[in-house]
Amino acid sequence: MSESTTPLRLKTGLAEMLKGGVIMDVTNVEQARIAEDAGACAVMALERVPSDIRKDGGVARMARIDIIEAIMGEVSIPVMAKARIGHFAEAQVLQTLGVDYIDESEVLTPADDKNHIDKHAFDVPFVCGCRNLGEALRRIGEGAAMIRTKGEAGSGNIVEAVRHMRQVMSDIKSLTILGEEELMTRAKDLGAPYELVRLVAREGTLPVPNFAAGGVATPADASLMMSLGAQAVFVGSGIFKSQDPPTFASAIVKATTHWDDPARVLEACKTVASAAMEGLDMDKLDPSDMLQTRGW
Amino acid sequence: MTATVGVLALQGDHEAHARSVRALGFAARAVKAPEHLEGVSALLLPGGESSTMLKLIEAEGLREPLRAFCASGQPVLGTCAGAILLARDVSSPAQASLDALDIDVERNAYGRQLESFVTRIDDGEPGFEDLEAVFIRAPAIRRVGESVSVLARHDGQPVLVRAGNVWAATFHPELSSDPRLVRSVLAPLTP
Repeated sequence: MSESTTPLRLKTGLAEMLKGGVIMDVTNVEQARIAEDAGACAVMALERVPSDIRKDGGVARMARIDIIEAIMGEVSIPVMAKARIGHFAEAQVLQTLGVDYIDESEVLTPADDKNHIDKHAFDVPFVCGCRNLGEALRRIGEGAAMIRTKGEAGSGNIVEAVRHMRQVMSDIKSLTILGEEELMTRAKDLGAPYELVRLVAREGTLPVPNFAAGGVATPADASLMMSLGAQAVFVGSGIFKSQDPPTFASAIVKATTHWDDPARVLEACKTVASAAMEGLDMDKLDPSDMLQTRGW
Repeated sequence: MTATVGVLALQGDHEAHARSVRALGFAARAVKAPEHLEGVSALLLPGGESSTMLKLIEAEGLREPLRAFCASGQPVLGTCAGAILLARDVSSPAQASLDALDIDVERNAYGRQLESFVTRIDDGEPGFEDLEAVFIRAPAIRRVGESVSVLARHDGQPVLVRAGNVWAATFHPELSSDPRLVRSVLAPLTP
């Protein structure tokens, strides 16, 4: 495939527009309607929410096209969709369909156990997950226009997203105090492209927007991730596996906007009068069931 | 004293606006609630999702304070979603707005993200010639009221308009390195 001529600025530009917002996983038109009505800034169309993928097992693939199309027809906010890691044919289908963003996602079953998609070949922008700076810069090197933490999707447990966000932020900080002559060795240790390592060392920030995902289940979770440096929040199972999706959706939107104002986060928490999704204890999760270790 | 420019910060690329405001020598303040408008000398409404911003504007009781600010004569600029918020009438789909500028706007008029583009404005008034413009899932201005002047068109379509102190652009000056538009809007203020 040849290189896309779409400037990176246009690809990251849409991510800029999503900042301070909540991107919600939806599996059908009804859920998409609830998400938009609650103030989602975008929806992610997928076949099953991550907690169901975890429970049901089997191979998780790109969502059915008729479902994605129906969701695109229903809402006026951007529609994203997930492709399997390395499955550039799924990504081509989604680009041709006209989705606004593609998530090359560890939540789906990887299609290539060594290579991610060459995202420079696409006009549509991509978001990819990461657990540390090296992984973030490898994905950006491949052409990703937005990075998100992987967290542990479908767990309802924020601990992994926190771990990944803190790791990325701490990796960035440590780069900024290194001498120019130390950056090549650090690039080697991170397994990251040298030029991107130099750029991050100079700027003290990633060259693309940095969002949070993987375990957000409550308004306070969203506020926590924003406080740690996330610029927007993805919520997967946290809304439609809660007992009251419209209320959870609105409350998480409010807490994301007002993340630095505890009184308003409290107001958001007060609106919720039913149980959040059930959560998983990481210590009880078999390492082979972890989604975050997918991706290379 | 340095003038403070408020940037509506409920959602969207308000940080990019704040950066361009600071680059011009002004102070920037995030506006998320009515009390944040106190002491603000100009207001920028950023790009983002207008439907999301509208819900948060209603929830925070910001609708009337924002309308009052637009009526105060102090400079106001809405970009993309911000232009949609300022419009009188919004279509595709229809939604509420602040009705602070006599224009009608169609949302996502160019199509989805694949139709987003960067260009140089091909028909700009003096001061806005060849303005660099980033259009992302951009709206289009479908009607311009008598009191409104068109300052730039692209492909024959109005993309930058003004009625007195209230300005609207369907593109994103905050994502461009071209400072001319924001500088013109804030010209009545001294940094």
